[in-house]
Amino acid sequence: MKWFGGAIAAASMMLAGSSAFAVTIGFSQVGDEGDWRPAWSKDMQQEATKEGIDLKYADAQGKQEEQLKAVRAFIAQQVDAIIIAPVVITGWDQVLKEAKDAKIPVFLADRDVDTTDKSLYVTRISADFNLEGKIAGAWLAQASKGQCDVVELQGTTGAAPAIERNKGFQAVISQFPGMKIVKSQSGDFTTEGGKKVMEAFIKSTDNLKGICGVFAHNDNMQLGAIQAMKEAGLKPGKDFLMVSVDYVPAMKDALAAGDANASVELRSAIGKYIYPVVTDYLKSPSDLPKWIVIPSDLHTAATPGG
Amino acid sequence: MSTQPTSTAIVQPRSLVTRLRWLAGQRALWPVLALLLILAVNGIVSPGFFNVRIVEGRLFGNVIDILYRATPTALVALGMAIVIGTKGIDLSVGAIIAICGAMMAWRIQAGDPHVVVLLIALATGLLCGLWNGFLVAILNIQPIIATLILMTSGRGIGLMINLLYGGTNPSFESPFLQGLSVGRIGLVPTRLVVFAVVFTALWLLIRKTALGLFVESVGGNSAAADLAGISSRLVKYAAYLLSGLLAAAAGVIIVADTHTSDPVSQGLFVELDAILAVVIGGGSLAGGRIYLGLTVIGALVIQALTTTILTSGLPPEYNLVVKAVVVLAVLLLQSDNARHAVTDIFRRRK
Repeated sequence: MKWFGGAIAAASMMLAGSSAFAVTIGFSQVGDEGDWRPAWSKDMQQEATKEGIDLKYADAQGKQEEQLKAVRAFIAQQVDAIIIAPVVITGWDQVLKEAKDAKIPVFLADRDVDTTDKSLYVTRISADFNLEGKIAGAWLAQASKGQCDVVELQGTTGAAPAIERNKGFQAVISQFPGMKIVKSQSGDFTTEGGKKVMEAFIKSTDNLKGICGVFAHNDNMQLGAIQAMKEAGLKPGKDFLMVSVDYVPAMKDALAAGDANASVELRSAIGKYIYPVVTDYLKSPSDLPKWIVIPSDLHTAATPGG
Repeated sequence: MSTQPTSTAIVQPRSLVTRLRWLAGQRALWPVLALLLILAVNGIVSPGFFNVRIVEGRLFGNVIDILYRATPTALVALGMAIVIGTKGIDLSVGAIIAICGAMMAWRIQAGDPHVVVLLIALATGLLCGLWNGFLVAILNIQPIIATLILMTSGRGIGLMINLLYGGTNPSFESPFLQGLSVGRIGLVPTRLVVFAVVFTALWLLIRKTALGLFVESVGGNSAAADLAGISSRLVKYAAYLLSGLLAAAAGVIIVADTHTSDPVSQGLFVELDAILAVVIGGGSLAGGRIYLGLTVIGALVIQALTTTILTSGLPPEYNLVVKAVVVLAVLLLQSDNARHAVTDIFRRRK
């Protein structure tokens, strides 16, 4: 078996020598929700064109069945590699085995999968949600000098980014006796949800009395929260420390306007991190670590806290 | 069919027992009781719950929030009540909201006057109703399947409309449309005024013209209605048009609220809340009845519950279960069979 793989590698090296290393990659995307994911999809397509990769893009519209169909279609088309951005973490064993039997390497991007056999995929390339939560917590600890009652707007209940960002944030603020989360609810990662939840929080805490900061699991919810706070006559970004995750264009505006204080960037232009890993692996398969982390940056307003 | 065995309202209630019995026969009793109960629990758990004050020139407080947040669901539910009255169902209302939102964002980016944008949004809702009506009334496709088509495709259509202007920044500024949603007239939030106007117009249309009777007769027995000279086809068409229009109105409020079009999540599962509001309000999926007022009460019950969960400090993981349990309890209260089973137990004790 090994010599066979070597032969293929040698053959593809020869091909690579004779012409450009043309690869076909199937990319199964979750869908187009929010601002971040469409931006990422666009980046994946643009970067593929730049790299001379023939990208087969499939939008699963948030459904795992669609995604399984797409992956099976990629296998049938005998693509060189498959990138999956999984909708959910479970239920992947069978289709991953099918890909392995077809000798097509699978890479995970963004969310993780829960498999019994880790050899079913090459590696996961993604940002670290837990780290994002930690960075947000660390910024808030610093900005409030370790004294802060926080309200939290969680992402969709049970979603990996929601769980991990919460864990990372908790891990940091638990180090500070003066910091705690006093209210926490799910705003489903949407502007509408963030606004609704913040409206209820404002009433149930007597206009956020004693609250010093708002941690939102994504920018969309934070933007909704900012609207709700303004409508209640509060001053987000001035009287309240506002930190969230994603760094979408609308958040850049909010930071510039002083309505928000900090956003941890979840990069959407990550094709340049993902494709090299895939193409390098195709040129010479090797054992990669099971997780390659894409860095997260913290962006703050020019004058934090106004 | 709809005559209640207990509603002997002709007898003047004299003693307390007969008075209670008369009350128990009132259709409005159970939904209203459920709403009061949820509010009462809130009042006990968080003492400041009923506080209403004036912030930024408008009424402000939990109770106002419930009314305020219930308006889009209530609008959709009113349309749903009429459709359900014809023994139909409209699953596409959430998708209609998404399409209208995308249309609004697109036309505003294109520079249309905002009053025209509003009309375009409402016309889009009518167009969706026209499509649903065509499938149900003309092609005779079962309503649940017919409206499923737009339900599944609608959010995709919304995303495609977003692409018309690049799709990267679907947010917009519109003082006029935002005013309709989050503005105020005097102390009162504008959307409550809008809702009151729509509700009154709809009530007059359903109860002061023959339309309500036609809808109920078509829903009760469409063949009999046809024999009686009512065009069931036309009546069904009217119901889906109204549902589309009301969903569009809800869409304007929802989209202008955050002034962002997000076809993937806006109005998600609103069709389920609307159906639930109709059922809590005493409507039956078997058709033949419309209760506009009680449907609004139903929407208020759902929103009161949602607000309760948000203010209670309950971990988000429990939200849906709590909601399901309370809704089940309300529906049990409404079920004649369940009520009789309980009263039978007491009778046997006697």
